[in-house]
Order: sequence, then C-alpha cells, then structure tokens
Amino acid sequence: MIALIAKRLAFAIPSLIGVVIVTFLLTRALPGDPAAYFAGPAATKEAVEQIRKKLGFDKPLVEQFFRYTVDLAHGDLGSSLTTGQPVATEIRNRLPASAELTLLGLLVSVAIALPLGVLAATRPGSWIDHTCRVVTTAGVSLPVFFTGLVLVYVFYFRLGWSPAPLGRLDVFYSAPNNVTGFYLIDALIAGDGEAFRSALSQLILPAATLAIFSLAPIARMTRASMLSVLSSEFVRTARASGLSPSTVTVTYAFRNAMLPVITTLSMVFSFLLGANVLVEKVFAWPGIGSYAVEALIASDFAPVQGFVLTMAVMYVVLNLVIDILYGVIDPRVRLEG
Amino acid sequence: MKRRDFLKSVSGLAAGAALPMAPAVMSSAKADARSETLLIVSEGGPNNLDIHGVGTNVPGYEVSWNCYDRLIGHEMKSGPGGVPYYDRDKFRPELAEDMTIGDMSATFKLRKNAKFHDGTPVTAKDVKWSLDRAVSVGGFPTFQMSAGSLTKPEQFVVVDDYTVRVDFLKKDRLTIPDLAVIVPCVVNSELVKKNASEKDPWGLEYTKQQTAGSGAYKVTKWTAGTEVIMERNDDWVCGPLPKIKRVIWRMVPQAGNRRALLERGDADISYELPNKDFQEMKSNGKHTVISLPISNGIQYIGMNVTKPPFDNPKVRQALAYAMPYQKIIDAVMFGLANPMFGAPADKATEVAWPQPTKYFTDMEKAKALLAEAGYAQGFETTISFDLNFAQVNEPLCVLVQESLAQLGIKTTINKVPGANWRTELNKKEMPLFTNIFSGWLDYPEYFFYWCYHGNNSVFNTMSYKSPEMDKLINGARDAAATGDKAAYDADVKGFVDLAFADVPRIPLYQPFVNVAMQKNISGYQYWFHRRLDYRALVKG
Repeated sequence: MIALIAKRLAFAIPSLIGVVIVTFLLTRALPGDPAAYFAGPAATKEAVEQIRKKLGFDKPLVEQFFRYTVDLAHGDLGSSLTTGQPVATEIRNRLPASAELTLLGLLVSVAIALPLGVLAATRPGSWIDHTCRVVTTAGVSLPVFFTGLVLVYVFYFRLGWSPAPLGRLDVFYSAPNNVTGFYLIDALIAGDGEAFRSALSQLILPAATLAIFSLAPIARMTRASMLSVLSSEFVRTARASGLSPSTVTVTYAFRNAMLPVITTLSMVFSFLLGANVLVEKVFAWPGIGSYAVEALIASDFAPVQGFVLTMAVMYVVLNLVIDILYGVIDPRVRLEG
Repeated sequence: MKRRDFLKSVSGLAAGAALPMAPAVMSSAKADARSETLLIVSEGGPNNLDIHGVGTNVPGYEVSWNCYDRLIGHEMKSGPGGVPYYDRDKFRPELAEDMTIGDMSATFKLRKNAKFHDGTPVTAKDVKWSLDRAVSVGGFPTFQMSAGSLTKPEQFVVVDDYTVRVDFLKKDRLTIPDLAVIVPCVVNSELVKKNASEKDPWGLEYTKQQTAGSGAYKVTKWTAGTEVIMERNDDWVCGPLPKIKRVIWRMVPQAGNRRALLERGDADISYELPNKDFQEMKSNGKHTVISLPISNGIQYIGMNVTKPPFDNPKVRQALAYAMPYQKIIDAVMFGLANPMFGAPADKATEVAWPQPTKYFTDMEKAKALLAEAGYAQGFETTISFDLNFAQVNEPLCVLVQESLAQLGIKTTINKVPGANWRTELNKKEMPLFTNIFSGWLDYPEYFFYWCYHGNNSVFNTMSYKSPEMDKLINGARDAAATGDKAAYDADVKGFVDLAFADVPRIPLYQPFVNVAMQKNISGYQYWFHRRLDYRALVKG
C-alpha cells in the first residue's frame, strides 16, 4: 500500500513540473506591466525602469525562471506586490479560511443532498423526487454571488439575525491561537466559547451559499447512481430473499452507489475551493480565491504562481485520497500505480 | 433512510443552525471598546505601511499620514458646505514648532518633547535621514519631492540636534508646500537602520510591515487584504490628543455590503461606494454624506494630437461641441460633480484652475466644424478607458460613443485592464481616451506643467506640444517663484485660454470625493490627498 502511494506520488512529479513551467510562462504572457503598475500614477519612464530593476523583471526570462525555481526549491514562493507579504505565508494563512468554509459548505450540502438523492431514487416520480429536481435546478441556476447577496440582504440587512458580513470573526473578537488555522477547531482547543460562536455565526451564511450551489451535482449523482443500482439484479435478489427495504437500500444499494458519488464529491470540493472567489468577495472572506484574483488583476506574478501550484498539489493529494477511499468502499477496486 | 429519519435529521440541522444565529449579546467591556473605536470599511487596503516603499498604493498613504509626522501641515479653513477644508496657503507646525523662510533656505526648529513610538526622541538627524531617504529611494516618493525642487540629500542640513535647514536649489513656490505633503514624513532613523541590510540600505522591508514614526497612531496589527488595526499614540505632542482610541479598518470588497454595514449601523465610515448609493444615502438623510469637489481633479476626454484626425484643431473643437456633458453628469455621476463646460460666452478667464470651458453640447456646430476640417462623412476611431474605474468610465464612453455616432464618427470601445493602463498611457498611441488627473499640489501652473507642457510627461497623455504654451507655463512658474503677480496672472490666463482654444483634451467635470458616515461621527477634514485624517475625527 505504502509503496503504491509512493509510486503514485512519484508519477505526480512530472505534472507538477509542467504546472510550474506553464504558470510561469502564462503569468509572463499577461498583458499588464507590473513595473508600470507599481511605479504609481505619477511615475516617469525612469521611475518605471527603476522599479523594474528592483523587481528583477529586467532580466532575461530564462534567468528569471532559474531564480524562481531555485527559490521554489527552498520553499520560497516569492513575495506578493499587492499585499506586500511573502506568498507562502499568505497561502498558509488563507488556505485554512477557504478550506474551513468549503468543508463546512460541503458538509451541509452532503447532509442534505445524500438523503434527498436517495429518497428521490427510492420513490421516483413522487413529491420528493420533484422536490429534489426543483431544488437542484434552482441550486445550479442561481449564481453564487447572487445567492450570497440575497442571503446577506435577508438575514443580515432585513432580519438582523446574522452578523455583519465582515470575514471570519466579529470585529471585536480576536482570533483564537493558531493551531490548525480552522477557527472552529482552534476556538474549541482554546476553550473560547465566544470565539467559537462568533466564528460559527460568521460561517453560516457563506457556507449555506456554497451548499446551495453544490447541492445539485451531489444530489443528482446520488439519485442517478442509486436508480441504476436499485434496478440491478443483486438488489432484486435481496428483495426476493425477504430482506427489509431499509436493509436493502442502506446496506446493499447505497454502498454500491457510493463510488460515483465520491468522485463527484472530490470534484465538487476542489472546484469549490478554487471557485468560491465570489462567495469570498461577498462575505469579505480572507480566502485564497479572492487572493489569487486580486493578484491576477494587478498582474502580480508570484501569488498567481503560488496559487496554481498549491491547487495542483491539492488535486494530486485529493485524487490519491479518493482512490484509497474507493478501495475502502469497494474491495474489488485495486489501487494501481 | 426513512422519510421520518430524513425529516428528523433536517430539523436537527435547522436547530443547530439557529443556535448561533441569535443576536450576539455583547459584554459591557465590548460596548465600551466600540464607542472609542472607529470602524472603517473600504474596498481596498494598504499593500505597504511606508509611503517610501516600492509601489505603495493609495490606501497605504492613509496609514502613513496618520502614523507619521511631517515638519509642517496645513491649517484648515471653511470649505464648501462648511466642511473643514485644508488651506493651501497657510501652514501650521507639526514636528517643527517654528519655521523661518529665508531667501534661499528654510529653517525648522523641532519640538524638544516629540518622541517616536518606541520612546526615542525625534531629532534633527532623523529628519535629515528621512528627507534623504525620500529623495534617494526612487519611484514615486522621489518624483513627488522633485516636484518641489527637492532632489539632493545635500539640501538637508543638520544645524544642531533640534534645528534643520532645507536649502533651495532654485526659487520655487512649490518647495514649502511639497514639505507638507505625505512623502516627507519623519522616520525613526536609528530603529530602521538597525533593521536595514546591505541590499536594502533604507530599511524599506522593515517599514513595509510596521510603522516606525512619531505620529498620532501606530499600526498594531495588519493583515494584508483583510484589516488594519491602529491604536492611538497617547504620547503624541504635535497636536491635541485625538478622540478616537482605536481604528479598525476592514476591507469589504462588495460595495453593496459596505452600504448594508453602514445602514445597519455596524460600520462607522465608508468610502468608495457607487455614486448612485451616495446620492440615495444623501437624500434619505440617515447618514452624513460629505461630497466635496476634488481640488484640481478633472475627468477629461483626451485626443492624440500627433496623428490624424486629431492633429486638426477643428476636429478637436468639433468633438468638444459633441460631448453629451449634462447627460454624463446626470447619468454617470448622479450629479456628484462640478460641470467643467458651458461658461457664458462673455465670461472673462479667471486666474484659477479648474474653471469651465465655453463649450457646450451643440451638434450643429460640431457638424459644421467637422465639415470645415474635411471630415463631413466622419471617420472611425477607438475610445479607450481604464477598467479599474469602469463604474464611471464605461457608461461615460458609451454616452460619448452614442453622441459621436450622430456626427458619423464610428467609435469602438477599448477596455484596458487596470494593470495595463499605465503602460498604454506611456506608449501615447491611443487616439481617443478618457482619464482623470488630480495633483496634490493645487496650483494652476503645476497642473499645466504636467498635463500640457512640451516636455511630454506621462500626464500629457495627448502628446501636446506648443512652444507658445511652454512659454506661458514657464513664465507663470518663474513669476510665481519671484512673486511677480501681474506677470503670473497674465500667463495663467494665457495658458488657460490657449488650452481651451486648442483643446487637446476636453474637460468634462470635476468629480467629488464622497464619504458616508454615521450621524454620530464628526470632525471630517478634506485634505489634498483625499484620505481620512483620524486625528480630527470624533465619535459620539
């Protein structure tokens, strides 16, 4: 097993190298000139050149790339010009914010979507099946920023139930000691009930927004997968043997229907992690999505490269975890290199 | 799973969700903290806490202004609507308790009791080191210093521990005003030198992350892109102790949310809202909305005069008569701008800037002028704008496009990404574009030197060159330096008239700077840099 994992990781190395080269070239191909941007509105041509020299953008591309890879080998992702901070630190600080939000959103989504999909599949054509269809269609067709803004408008602005959409904590609380970077967990470790409540209440609206959006693929996939399994012969046999309907559905059918659902889940998770930019913008959430987009707008190379690289690494790890999970769920699946 | 189980699990989830939704009960200590704390929300935050840094952005200037002191500042006068407005011509001591201006130098006596945030006294060598730094680091700070003829470290002389002399290279009216802008701030030289390196002799990396000044506030926490927390420096001696103890400045990217935060009373101050929101908040009267014209800020339509068809003054005049001026002010700015057009035909030119042109929307006249220039059938061109300011620029360009279509001029709109805008401006190839210019130093000859002079600076976006114009601008600068009022007035009137007759750029309007705040916030002051001065603000 360990050898297989090592082999899989080794195979990921060439694709990571590819990612490094491609992002480097792509960021250089962006139309903007960072030197002119950061020289400020009042810069003369000489001032722009001075800045270019300071940033090292006057060197040939090959030399720039060489420097970048050497720094990368030392774990240095460079510094962001827009925020003025080292990219590695920023990503380390911001990734947990995005991950906490995405995981919670996914958890809520799974908690609703799986039962919904299963029920819809066991009773096709019933009211619950129609509900499932309406909910999922509505979920995908509402853009996330729209859902987010509506939720803010209703629950914060109109009703006042939800706290101000000002990021991860109320302005007057200080963050719990950093252990995992997940405020909910860190607050529990620190035993700080107030911070936990504050962090959770800040999380609810953005997590709900993400959940509404990600509900659709998971529920639809569960329903489709369950339908095909339920019509298969071993289920008919199980029913014919007189097993109770719940045993048939939960123990036999559901487990067999899980594989495509897990695949969808992993796709939805990695997609959400990168794509929740809009949710992060609406809720002033200090995540990595908004970080990367802001850097892109300012043609700030280092954070964009760092972001793409981080995402690539996460994809590799995630895919590995999913493959291992397959083996756990279905012993027939072999983990192969 | 049975339906019942499912329903149970859903209602359990709902109950769990409802728990933390209950309104937060605030402890009394927190409520106290709230009354002494100012919560500011804005779209962007600083990228550097030091204005001398590489590529420090505008929000960074606000931090510098409040956390560092300069030798001198400006007095306040009553501005439009009774709002305190900085007085361009009157200076007040800040770190210097006394200023003596001689013929070719100015001498500053420092306060003896001023201390940096770490407790070391502010002395003349700190002042010299800081001014040396400003003229040496390159980029924007050095450029701004040079605007006041401050370019060489030798100009800054330590006379004794508490006396500094600034020598003038030449007589320049802008030297003293330039010492009151944000750039010549005084930095704790010993502290920064300790944290400097051979590669970074001015310690820019250190001051990027923390403030090392003597100002009324100090940054205690900064999370880039998220928040800045500033605490009052209780030992500040350069003015009355500020009322606000703590400033929390949060970045909220969504304009709609910034407005919601204000409406719900959670945030105290916000700027950077859409003009429509400001106008609505103004009329519903629940908040104080301050709108003041930006001193010497003008949004204009520029034309590249080196290439046909815009090398022909008749074509440029035709365009000046074809601009949908009033529509732009109503539909794009929602009235939050001063018109820069339509002055009565018999009005005499003033010795002032900005002032409106005598152009107004007259399509017949425009058609006639275009025919005279030989373009009766119109032509094709491209109008470019900066996407960073798309909220104003995009509708503005669409209105211009519609209007020019009536003359047979087909315009394609070219949206330039913000990161690319300055590169494009520097190339000076765009035929038609809209842009805004405003300088910190509010003097007509300063504006014209950058925007119309033949030395072709980046702000002379039209590549306009006219020997007559250069003569008038140079004349006004010299006259200002020597105090020859008659010659100065004649030259200023001369270059304004010439700029309006030749119209390489068509002034549209003077925009307002808008700030919305809760009713219990007072003490807002308008500064040339248009950012907040926390020192004067009062809550409650």
